[in-house]
Amino acid sequence: MIQLEQPRKFKALINQAQQVANEVFRPISRKYDKAEHAYPKELDMLAALLDGLNASGRGAGAAGLAQSSGDADAEIRNGANMNTVLGLIELCWGDVGLALSLPRQGLGNAAIAAVASAEQKKRFAGCWAGMAITEPGCGSDSAAIRTTAIRDGDDYIINGEKIFITAGDRCDHVVVWASLDPSAGRAAIKSFVVPKGSEGMELVRLEHKLGIRASDTATIRFSNCRVPAENLLGSPEVDTRKGFGGVMQTFDNTRPVVAGMAIGLGRAALERTRELLNRAGMSTDYGTNRWTQPAALAELTRLEAEWEAARLLTLRAAWMADNGKPNSLEASMAKAKAGRMVTEVTLTCAEMCGALGYAEDELLEKWARDAKILDIFEGTQQIQLLIVARRVLGLNSSQLK
Amino acid sequence: MNKPKRDIQGFGLSLLNRFAGSETVDKLGLRKPAEKALYTASKASFGAANLANQQFRAVRNLLTPERLQNAPSGGLFDLTPTDEQAMMQEATRRFADELLRPSAADAESHREPSEEIWEQANALGLAQLAVPEKLGGAASERSVITSGLVAESLGWGDMGQACALLAPVGVANALANWGSAEQQMKYLTAFTGESPPDAAFAVVDTEVTPDPMRPRCLARQDGDQWVINGEKRLVPLGRFAELFIVSVDTDKLGPRLMLVEKGAEGLTRHADDSMGLRGGGLGRVRFDKVRVDNSALLGDDKTFADAIHLARLMWCSLAVGCSQAVLDTVTTYVNDRKAFGEPLSHRQAVAFMVSNIAIEVDAMRLMTWRALSRCDQGLDFHREAVLAHRFCAEHAMDIGSNGVQLLGGHGFVTEFPVERWYRDLRAVGVQEGGLIA
Repeated sequence: MIQLEQPRKFKALINQAQQVANEVFRPISRKYDKAEHAYPKELDMLAALLDGLNASGRGAGAAGLAQSSGDADAEIRNGANMNTVLGLIELCWGDVGLALSLPRQGLGNAAIAAVASAEQKKRFAGCWAGMAITEPGCGSDSAAIRTTAIRDGDDYIINGEKIFITAGDRCDHVVVWASLDPSAGRAAIKSFVVPKGSEGMELVRLEHKLGIRASDTATIRFSNCRVPAENLLGSPEVDTRKGFGGVMQTFDNTRPVVAGMAIGLGRAALERTRELLNRAGMSTDYGTNRWTQPAALAELTRLEAEWEAARLLTLRAAWMADNGKPNSLEASMAKAKAGRMVTEVTLTCAEMCGALGYAEDELLEKWARDAKILDIFEGTQQIQLLIVARRVLGLNSSQLK
Repeated sequence: MNKPKRDIQGFGLSLLNRFAGSETVDKLGLRKPAEKALYTASKASFGAANLANQQFRAVRNLLTPERLQNAPSGGLFDLTPTDEQAMMQEATRRFADELLRPSAADAESHREPSEEIWEQANALGLAQLAVPEKLGGAASERSVITSGLVAESLGWGDMGQACALLAPVGVANALANWGSAEQQMKYLTAFTGESPPDAAFAVVDTEVTPDPMRPRCLARQDGDQWVINGEKRLVPLGRFAELFIVSVDTDKLGPRLMLVEKGAEGLTRHADDSMGLRGGGLGRVRFDKVRVDNSALLGDDKTFADAIHLARLMWCSLAVGCSQAVLDTVTTYVNDRKAFGEPLSHRQAVAFMVSNIAIEVDAMRLMTWRALSRCDQGLDFHREAVLAHRFCAEHAMDIGSNGVQLLGGHGFVTEFPVERWYRDLRAVGVQEGGLIA
């Protein structure tokens, strides 16, 4: 039955996330934007709370993200994917950088959830895993990865440099993408769970960034770093027919989550701008004439419609993952729409509110800086459009480059 | 024996019964899906025999109006249509594909759908969906989202003819939801016959920066009558309608809906030729001191706003269907058409335009569904309707424009339907009446 409201059964979880966002994140939002690289110690207590929730089976997080098995006759489910998206929407209404710094909620955790074996899931339970994909010479083009993993007895030896690792300093494990054979292309790219402190693994530097400054972004160098073979996620075989599937599968689950982050941030900016307009005597009413109302209100309504569009595309992608429906196309649609929406919404709100929007009186200028990363990481706008185009047009990567 | 209260499966069955007797079913190749659905429904605990003799039952004494109840919500986020909705989608999609699309150009030149189209549409029994069972119709629950899904299918075929075909359905919906017992007996029962009356919902006034919430058409109270003056524009099927619901501003009650029959003195109908929707029988309806009784008032002030929003959502649904048609057409074209030695689709500048069409069509659909579904659940849906309408008006037009752009010169000539869709899709931002979900 067609019904697009937030499922009632997640009300308690959403409420909890709202409390965290409002009571924990917002009060320290500006502090850690200014104190880049300082560890937000307030999050430790929060992490304990979240762990408790997860243990009770009521929580959601990166570790719960996985595609349900397809079963056409199964009852419709609203499960871990929907749950996580809804929770993160609320947390990112509070602060995106802090949400990214939540212990044990890393992108690497999502990768482990998506492709690890049952034994590995057990072994890595409770870890905080960052994700190391990007290299100085390769961004969106993951197939051009130069980091190598060469088999040596019971180990793999990893060599290479990884940049832009979210939570790379604070996490305790890193999921590293490396090639078993750089001449074999994407099929040889595998992911490895590497514990922090492994010999030959060195934190080189932390980035200074446009936004999400509360979140650490690290560069890590691997020099003859040994990893046990059982830390390889998925199959060790280089199967050129199956190619990239295993590692890319993670993204079908994480793109809706990142889109959800944009929904939360976008809502923060829209709500605050509406409050400021109301304070200035502009009452916002959806029933007023769209042509003769103040331009600011008309624009705000237009932005809110864009926001709602992105939100529904995001919930659809999560709903599909929960119900075993392949959602690569829909996940990319959600990510593309949410990424450009949040950039437009936050930048327009910053402009519309003048000095209040641009100066540090308000968080609007910070939100406009934070927003940009959401149209870049987990696949840029352009990569999402490429994925959507290939699927819709039925083209492969050599036809549509 | 008390007959069982018809549930959703019963509703599907009664609909199927109508299908089963129709030649259209075979013509459209619907026999198989219909039989499959019948099989599914018959697995339920009750037999179909009980239902056979309750169709078309005339109601003689209706003391209180029949109201359709909202379907209970499952509480979960879900995008799966019910079996009955899926069946309606299937039936109306085929109708759109095999009949509406091929006759679109013809309907444009005649400014209305052909007799054959009307016959086949009536055989589908669209108006039946609005009329409660007790009044001889097929509806056991109120479902505006079903109306939206039907409009989406028909809009994929041809928006012009679709708006004409759906105009009487909208009036029936309004009577079912808001009509008094007297109004229902007088008018609504007429919609259960083989050919429902031509009826239309007249909203758009002649003014710049229009606001449908403040009609320019005025009704002045005079004793127990109202005197209506003004002019309504771009009314789907308005050229031919025998029964109108008109949005007026009253001097006593604020904006209201009124029922006016075509024979009322001072009412004149003309063609209202426009940029698009030319197959829709668009009418310009003048009211020159038209007198109606107090009993012509339909619903209250909340009804008025609901009607406008439900009209907007029907245009959104039509726009979703038509935009999907643009997407389907450009997808084929850019893959087939070669330039510089390879298909156009191999260029990102072209392919990304297609991506964006696909993304925005899906977003339009989800926003429209959400607003309609909120209405079905009895939740306030005005905000969602406004957002959906704004979004669809903007993005459907972008899609219409890019549809022509992607076909280049071929898009500009009438050999392909994209130039018609460009003209039709501009109507989404202009039409705020005409249809009611």
